[in-house]
Amino acid sequence: MNEPANGHQSVAIEARGVTKTFGTGDSAVAALKGVNLDVRFGELTMIVGPSGCGKTTFLSVLCGTMKFDGGSVQLFGRDLAAMRDAEVTAFRGKNVGFIFQQFNLIPTWSAVENASVPLLLAGASRQTAEAAAQRLLDEVGIGQKRRSYPTELSGGQQQRVAIARALVHEPRLIICDEPTASLDAASGHHVLELLQKIACRPDRCVIVVTHDSRIFSFADRIAEMEDGQVKAVHGRGEYHAQYV
Amino acid sequence: MLRLALKMLYGDRAKYAMLVGGLTFCALLMSQQVSVFCGLMRWTTATLRNVQVPIWVADAKVEQVNEVVAMRDIEVDRVKSVPGVEWAVPLFWGLLNARLPDGSFQAVQLTGLDTATLVGRPGKMLAGRVEDLRLPNAVIVDQVGVKKFKKKGIELKIGSTFEINDKEARVVGLCQSDQSFLGQPYVFTTYDRALEYAPPQRKRLSFVLVQPKPGVDPATVVETIRAIPGLTAYTSDDFFHRTIDWYMKNTGIPISFGTVVVLGIVVGIAIAGQTFYLFVHENLRFMAALKAMGARTRTLAAMVFLQAFAVGLAGYGLGVGAAAMFGFGVLKGGEPPFYMPWQVPVFTGVIILFICCLSALIGLVKIIRAEPAVVFK
Repeated sequence: MNEPANGHQSVAIEARGVTKTFGTGDSAVAALKGVNLDVRFGELTMIVGPSGCGKTTFLSVLCGTMKFDGGSVQLFGRDLAAMRDAEVTAFRGKNVGFIFQQFNLIPTWSAVENASVPLLLAGASRQTAEAAAQRLLDEVGIGQKRRSYPTELSGGQQQRVAIARALVHEPRLIICDEPTASLDAASGHHVLELLQKIACRPDRCVIVVTHDSRIFSFADRIAEMEDGQVKAVHGRGEYHAQYV
Repeated sequence: MLRLALKMLYGDRAKYAMLVGGLTFCALLMSQQVSVFCGLMRWTTATLRNVQVPIWVADAKVEQVNEVVAMRDIEVDRVKSVPGVEWAVPLFWGLLNARLPDGSFQAVQLTGLDTATLVGRPGKMLAGRVEDLRLPNAVIVDQVGVKKFKKKGIELKIGSTFEINDKEARVVGLCQSDQSFLGQPYVFTTYDRALEYAPPQRKRLSFVLVQPKPGVDPATVVETIRAIPGLTAYTSDDFFHRTIDWYMKNTGIPISFGTVVVLGIVVGIAIAGQTFYLFVHENLRFMAALKAMGARTRTLAAMVFLQAFAVGLAGYGLGVGAAAMFGFGVLKGGEPPFYMPWQVPVFTGVIILFICCLSALIGLVKIIRAEPAVVFK
């Protein structure tokens, strides 16, 4: 189903008829069957749906970490399908911040080192990158843990380091894959509060893939996926009121 | 990022220790075994260092310095008549049995030096004077002889006596000489006395030692001597390499040592390659996360290669260092043979570099093939 096109905010990501199939022949599995979705600047968009409905695959396609078979994805006005791999990588490095379910913090690097990675990858000096990372760590409330290693931090603290890492290079798109799945209710709630407070800006959009109904209330819009398609897009509070 | 790549490596101490351990073992095995091999090959040419002259003349059939085909004494005069020869003196060299005071026997390498000039005399005297060789029945024994005699309960010193071919040999000096492949002590005496000690035979001259005239190229003199029927000549360097070549071609020593070296390389590749692969495999998720965050392939390649080279450098240093320590240890005792020319560390370094590159490439291929989307799984 197509998403309503009556939003007043400008569109950051425009996905049209996106298809993706894994495998070939009898073992082929169609993960995405012509998905349409617009993601707007200044909004926190959640993608929800049952396991295996294609949420994570769609998220991977939207941020350019996975190639798709058909359709088109316009990311900040650039056609992902028309870009070469190296271009996509560079584009992603500059414009996308990631928050993963398992945090993916490198265990032998300190909090500030982990948080500074996107800037280092962009070519910033160590001093610049660590200073920016320190500001973000302060902002997410764990500035005093800058020298701590991931194993010395709680799940909530690790996710806050991941948020700092996702934001340190000022990306326009924040991708969150089940950001609360490894956290208790209070930590999960706090992480979403943080995201809403420091990540959501008019020049930026946040996409969250989640199963966690406790955080649906944070969404500006919720795209409900089922069987490889976006079944419906709900405005703020609509989905929460309807299903939770 | 490179600093963080090293931190990633050093942070996983168990894996790092395993990687360094594997490469250390590989480097140690290669450098130690090749050094022992070089030492053994060097032993085969000990006579060339113990009797230092520019040109050696021998029977035409002689291929290496430990092979003696006796010549007539008249060959010394024939060589002396060659243009460009400053002087030529006879040398006797043969393996004889020495009978010790307790009745036991010890094989010795009897070296008979020209009586008048004592050309080929020992380079370093530990006790006594070389000139005393001109005294009746005088011999000089090297440190190997002292050790071997001591094992048989005989304290060898100046004035000690033993018999060679039922004739008395009186020790007038002790010297330091290069140990030989045969492992028997060098016993120096004069040429005339050596002929008395040696069993009687028609031809007894082992080598003619030659000094070319000043300004004359030794190679030219060698060529001229080779033109004399029944004789051949080598410069000392040439004889050195021909001797080693002979042992390489005619003995199983290179195959034996080569097998150990190849095993070292295989073990090194297996341990280092597997462990590095495991290291990369365990960090694949993080590498994929870096890819997702915009890390270019060349950045990841630099990280992986740096990690591999850091491990290689540590393993190489420890391995070659351990081999060198082994060398210092055994050189004091004189056995087993050990000689580490600069080519050995270079050779070992090249092999370790190869192993590191191979390991890094295997790891890198895995990283390149990993889709960044794997971080969402």
